[in-house]
Amino acid sequence: MTVSSTGTPTTRVIGGLALLITGWVVVSAFFITPADSVQGDSVRIMYAHVPTAWIAYLAFVTTAIASGFSVARRHRTLGFDRVAGASAEVGVLFMAMTLITGSLWGRLTWGTFWQWDPRLTTTLFLFVTYVGYLAVRRIDTDPRQRASRSSVIALLAVLEIPLVHFSVVLWRSLHQEASVLNTDGDVRLDGLMLFTLFSGVVAFTLIFVWLVIHRQRLTTLSDLERVVGLDAAITARRAENSAGVTA
Amino acid sequence: MNTIVAVAKKDLRIEWRTRTLLARVVPFALLVLVLFAVALDSEALLLRAAAGLVWMAMLFSTMLVVQRAFDIETSDAAMDSLLACTAQPSRVFYGKALSLFVQLFALAAVLVTAAVVLYGASVNGNRVVLLVTVVVTATGGLATVGTLYGAVVANMTGRDSLLPLLALPVLAPLLIAASRATEAAFGSQTIDLANGWAWVGVLVVYAIVFGSAGAAAFSPLTESDS
Repeated sequence: MTVSSTGTPTTRVIGGLALLITGWVVVSAFFITPADSVQGDSVRIMYAHVPTAWIAYLAFVTTAIASGFSVARRHRTLGFDRVAGASAEVGVLFMAMTLITGSLWGRLTWGTFWQWDPRLTTTLFLFVTYVGYLAVRRIDTDPRQRASRSSVIALLAVLEIPLVHFSVVLWRSLHQEASVLNTDGDVRLDGLMLFTLFSGVVAFTLIFVWLVIHRQRLTTLSDLERVVGLDAAITARRAENSAGVTA
Repeated sequence: MNTIVAVAKKDLRIEWRTRTLLARVVPFALLVLVLFAVALDSEALLLRAAAGLVWMAMLFSTMLVVQRAFDIETSDAAMDSLLACTAQPSRVFYGKALSLFVQLFALAAVLVTAAVVLYGASVNGNRVVLLVTVVVTATGGLATVGTLYGAVVANMTGRDSLLPLLALPVLAPLLIAASRATEAAFGSQTIDLANGWAWVGVLVVYAIVFGSAGAAAFSPLTESDS
């Protein structure tokens, strides 16, 4: 059995739609929507920044739920574990993009790349946490063991994040230094801007679904390859051995 | 309860006979404090940063102590026999956490003293009560999280580098709370005593959350590896 692609009609439809809507977002974000009255052209970064942040959080929630199911089913089926892993991988990618686009926007608007604001700090810790999660998944081990280890880590992350967020909020509110600039990033959006932002969220969600489906199928194949590869190797050694006996 | 104490006693006896803490971890932690002083190169800055630096050194040292606490279990598959002897894996968890707590508490006492001697931090009057409470609660959090993540990475290849990567982000709230509360105990200008006690509340919640999560997760964690 040879598999040359993880694509199916469903993923092709999702991928095509994602491309189409992304195309519209790019055109609208750069050429059609007006510049913001306060932030100028830097507001255009928002059309990429907000959707990536949304996807990152969606991805981590998906990982947490899938890990919960994986534990509840005692890792009998590895499907949930593969979805959890695929989703976390995409989540880390999108969170990196969120942090990069966010700091570029911050440089233009606040004058600094980074602010130790609660939301930013929590996001950074969330990012590092899931980088650790992926590092554990990368260890070459039996898929079932991978599932049980990584689901525990994913569920502990759910416990950790509210604590991190709470302590960072408390930390910043007790901090007595005055904030450097007005960090109020809220933008008043007109209809078209809002629609473009919304399209961006839809486009990125489709991309997320598309990536997770493909990644999940790829993990299935590589897990399968471990088993099939081992069987094939054993058969080959046996063949060698019997050939040696008859010769 | 007997099981918890027995496991803790076993770990502490091994520690006492090998003296890893005394011979390696304490010198390492002190070295970190000295290196921070060299890197910052300003006495005013050091005094301001003293509380944070003490807890940074504690976090790094915890990684070493936890590594050691689980190496003694995995080397001869000792964990399997230990779990076979007791009905409840959660008791083994609390036992190991208790032993870590004792070791880390001793280390914290050394580091706070070092901060007073080297950085010129001062503690007096009723601030001593705050300081002791902070050290107890924060060390409790370090011990539970350390035991939990030590069990997560036990038996993994490359666990030396995975443990800090996984555990340090989780310890971030503890670092924030313990540093701020210790700042208050050192009589810092930025945080008053009442806020210091508020941070102790955070530390207590943190230790309870990870104490119960660790006990619950310990059984599936140790089972899967056998």
